Amino acid sequence: MRQPIDRREFMRLAGYGGVVFASGLGAACSSYPQASGKPAELDDFYFVQMSDAHWGFEGPPNPDAKGTLKKAVEAVNSLSQPPDFIVFTGDLTHTTDDAKVRRQRLSQFKEIVSELKVKDVHFMPGEHDASLDHGEAFQEFFGNTHYTFDHKGVHFIALDNVSDPRASIGEEQLQWLASDLKQQPQDANIVVLTHRPLFDLYPQWDWATKDGAQAIELLLPHPNVTVFYGHIHQEHHQMTGHIAHHAAKGLMFPLPVAGSQPKRTPLAWDPAQPYKGLGFRDVEAQAKQAAFQLTELPVQKA
Amino acid sequence: MRAKRRQVVLTLGAALLGGGALALKAAAQSDDQVIKILARRFTYTPNHLTLKKDVPVVLELTTADVLMGFSLPDFNLRTDIMPDQIARLRLVPDKLGTFEFLCDIFCGSGHESMSGTLTVVA
Repeated sequence: MRQPIDRREFMRLAGYGGVVFASGLGAACSSYPQASGKPAELDDFYFVQMSDAHWGFEGPPNPDAKGTLKKAVEAVNSLSQPPDFIVFTGDLTHTTDDAKVRRQRLSQFKEIVSELKVKDVHFMPGEHDASLDHGEAFQEFFGNTHYTFDHKGVHFIALDNVSDPRASIGEEQLQWLASDLKQQPQDANIVVLTHRPLFDLYPQWDWATKDGAQAIELLLPHPNVTVFYGHIHQEHHQMTGHIAHHAAKGLMFPLPVAGSQPKRTPLAWDPAQPYKGLGFRDVEAQAKQAAFQLTELPVQKA
Repeated sequence: MRAKRRQVVLTLGAALLGGGALALKAAAQSDDQVIKILARRFTYTPNHLTLKKDVPVVLELTTADVLMGFSLPDFNLRTDIMPDQIARLRLVPDKLGTFEFLCDIFCGSGHESMSGTLTVVA
């Protein structure tokens, strides 16, 4: 069994003190069978969520555009106990019309994150990676854009709401989701990973998924569902019914709070507080309670 | 059907940039005023509309290059804008205020800045 308190204390002492957020209703989650037919081990663990690296972006919002992702990789590598795995919730790269440059950026991104000590890394595309070619280049480097995996009794579902430039999941993938959910016990501990918010966070800035409500409707019969996503470059927490949705900070530039300014332009770089608003997330999974504890961590030590 | 002339004031965003209020008075020979909007990466022209409350209009949308979207979430209106086609949306501006419209089909590196505003006045 891991000792999260000790690890947090280490992070605090090492200058990585983060903000903690508890998620989950505490509904009991029974041990449920895996493919082997044996009950899955329900054990606490933690994973790291990284998002919106936008590799290839250049501009005043981040004077260290070529260094920030590398610093984040170093920060994750310096965690006192390595996470069980890492998820990247999209926009690995910044978009380009040039298919060759797109592949160069994906290749460079892959090379940088190959320095992560933890090798179990799950990648999802964002619209910057996938919307101009329906995910073709992304798949060449990282495989499928939607998939599932299981870890210590938690069922993870990666949903693709970006390969369609209309920001839709699509009927075929929704059927796949419905089919997958039917195979899960009602009280399964389910985590959905995706790029865009599944709910209408702020459609005026395209912070939504057109058919996200259909995905939520499929998930609602399950009492233990949590969604982690990116896209909005800031921490955000919202409930739709009993489903908690948690947006992560980005790793290139922060975006403003929804509707707080006329345009969704990046927040200005603050020389007095470099990397402010950027970071990654430590997610403590308490499998037996289907609850999660989130700790927001900066890309650079304080 | 009896033709009825209605006048709608259309304010161009470009006029705002110039510091003046260039108002185009457009009239239609049908019940609904027609407002043409041209989309191209990564702008709408015009990118600011001023409409009178409860005076319906028809937006005629075309694209100069690739497939675009036009979404006006506060009025639950959206359409694809296909190349070589005219997309039409009937809009009843039934609430006062300023509202954002945007391209909701990812169209490239300037996609996030492709938006405009609609102001509904009494």
